[in-house]
Amino acid sequence: MSLNTQLVRSLKAPARPVWEESPSKAGLAAKSGFLLLCCLGVLAPLWIVIVTSLSPKPVIDRVGGLVVIPRGITFVNYTELLGGGQVSRAIMVSAGVTLFGTLFSMTVSVLAAYGLSRPGSLGHRFFLMTMMATMFFGAGLIPTYLLVQSLGLTDTYLSLVLPSAVSVFNILVLRAFFMGISPELTESARIDGAGDLRILLTIIMPLSRAVLAVISLFYAVGYWSSWFNASIYLSDQEMMPLQNVLIQLVQKHTEAPTGLQQAVRTGQLSSLGLQMAVMVLALIPVAIASPFVQRHFKKGMLTGAVKG
Amino acid sequence: MSLTAGSRPDGTCSPAAVEKPTPVALATAGTKAGAATAGTKVRAPGGKSKGGTVAFRIRLRRDRALILMTVPVILLLLLFNYLPLLGNIVAFQDYDPYVSSNGITAIFHSPWVGFEQFSRMFEDPLFWSATKNTLLLFALQLVLFFPVPIALALLINSVIRPRVRAVAQAIMYLPHFFSWVLVVTVFQQLFGGAGVIAQTLEQHGWSGFDLMTNADLFKYLVTAQSVWKDAGWGIIVFLAALSAVSTDLYEAAAMDGAGRWRRMWHVTLPALRPVIALLLVLRVGDALSVGFEQFLLQRDAVGAGASEVLDTYVWNMGIQNGDFSYAAAVGLAKGLIGICLVLGANKFAHLLGEQGVYKK
Repeated sequence: MSLNTQLVRSLKAPARPVWEESPSKAGLAAKSGFLLLCCLGVLAPLWIVIVTSLSPKPVIDRVGGLVVIPRGITFVNYTELLGGGQVSRAIMVSAGVTLFGTLFSMTVSVLAAYGLSRPGSLGHRFFLMTMMATMFFGAGLIPTYLLVQSLGLTDTYLSLVLPSAVSVFNILVLRAFFMGISPELTESARIDGAGDLRILLTIIMPLSRAVLAVISLFYAVGYWSSWFNASIYLSDQEMMPLQNVLIQLVQKHTEAPTGLQQAVRTGQLSSLGLQMAVMVLALIPVAIASPFVQRHFKKGMLTGAVKG
Repeated sequence: MSLTAGSRPDGTCSPAAVEKPTPVALATAGTKAGAATAGTKVRAPGGKSKGGTVAFRIRLRRDRALILMTVPVILLLLLFNYLPLLGNIVAFQDYDPYVSSNGITAIFHSPWVGFEQFSRMFEDPLFWSATKNTLLLFALQLVLFFPVPIALALLINSVIRPRVRAVAQAIMYLPHFFSWVLVVTVFQQLFGGAGVIAQTLEQHGWSGFDLMTNADLFKYLVTAQSVWKDAGWGIIVFLAALSAVSTDLYEAAAMDGAGRWRRMWHVTLPALRPVIALLLVLRVGDALSVGFEQFLLQRDAVGAGASEVLDTYVWNMGIQNGDFSYAAAVGLAKGLIGICLVLGANKFAHLLGEQGVYKK
């Protein structure tokens, strides 16, 4: 073996500590087998759902249920769902609530996290205790429901955003990250005459892109996935977000979304294919967003876990 | 001017103070920095200034931007977390939302009944059934769910190839971000009466089955759902703890002749001990909240007998049946027991020599 190939190999294979014995073949096989099984356990259901949503009706009918092996691909379920009607509207509602909710939550959270990031500032300890105390007790479902109702928020989109807009845990993670930024940076800006808001916007936030991305994802996923608030605060069917429409389709055994029932009844569309397509629409944004933020997870979570 | 700025390395003063190098500002800056000026006491005009502390008015002026930034969150928490706490007084009433035009003012017009709702709770077989289910599910989660992320983290940690690690982690994290609606639906389509597995069995001549409506197996089904959704996510914190373990310890153990398993037992697991203790404390403190959405979604399929937990019971009695006072009483009892559990579990962690959620 030439020195060159040896070098290449050592670059490719990660350094194994010299004291560690090399793994046995059986052990390695068992380990990778189990790991593969775990990953398959996660991916297989998703695969089946996606393939079914893309299958034409004859294929779904022949199999008699969900399709595992794709035979022919059609996007008809998606074009029908996205061409207007109940599901399109629900997607718009969900997207809007997610967008504005995340913006609102991020704004107040980042402000508070920065406001609490300087130990020794006035009221710092008191505000922090006020916040953290809410992590240990909840007011309960009934009083919250009565409050939202009394405030006149029922049947408005505000009821989907305001009651759950603040996550104290997320603020603590942000705060821990902000506190980790070296004070010399902010100090020099302060000497140059920058105020706190300016320091936050021009120094702190650009330096914390990683944690901002992670926390935004947490908030966004929260809003996108929530259905319970809508189920108790909204009564208007037209206002329902996507997850609630999905429940109605799958749990309550409704055949197809309103607007497409005719097509299902006359045999043009498969109700199962439509249901699966709605599921895919519900999981797509999350599945796409999370890998991008993935590499920041550990960094973002670690700073929060260590100092929070 | 330059003196003021230079003598302030702790970063606690705002430009407002910089512009006015009053004697007070100078003195406080000195004491803050722990300089020799600590002895010079300067009384702030109008404010009380003890020894080294900064006068309230000065601090208010200095930190007003920070305080203003914190206010929105505090207001939201006061409105949606603290104010509803007061709303729990409906648990001591026979609350009727229709005696007044507004739900809050209706509290002042509803009759007081003392602890009647609570005594009703103790005589209610449905409440006890929900409590039983809750505790049973908690025990099951503790045994079947809690160790899974630890085992997975150990497994992933033993994989050295970074590419494999990253891909495996990415896949395992994914379900955490799916909503309960999606998870329950996926399970229903796979294991339900019309699901893939039942269909395949029937096509091959076996009798089909329906896991989703089986009340006896429900507790295992929901545990499996929780594992599928969150076990992968749970490994993050353990991996973080593992990555903090010094390799010197492993090396030293290896030099002393410890094999793979010995090193895991004597180095890896002790490193995880504080994290495990912390998460266990949190879990026990949350024993009465085994999950809510997950059970609400499957309540219709398996019936209330098997799926009713305390949270869904509160929802059912309050939101569905409109018996707000009774539901609030159940919720209040649950919350109080929950706080006792957190404190008790934390005490226990301290007894074991662990830090727990908060320090002694």
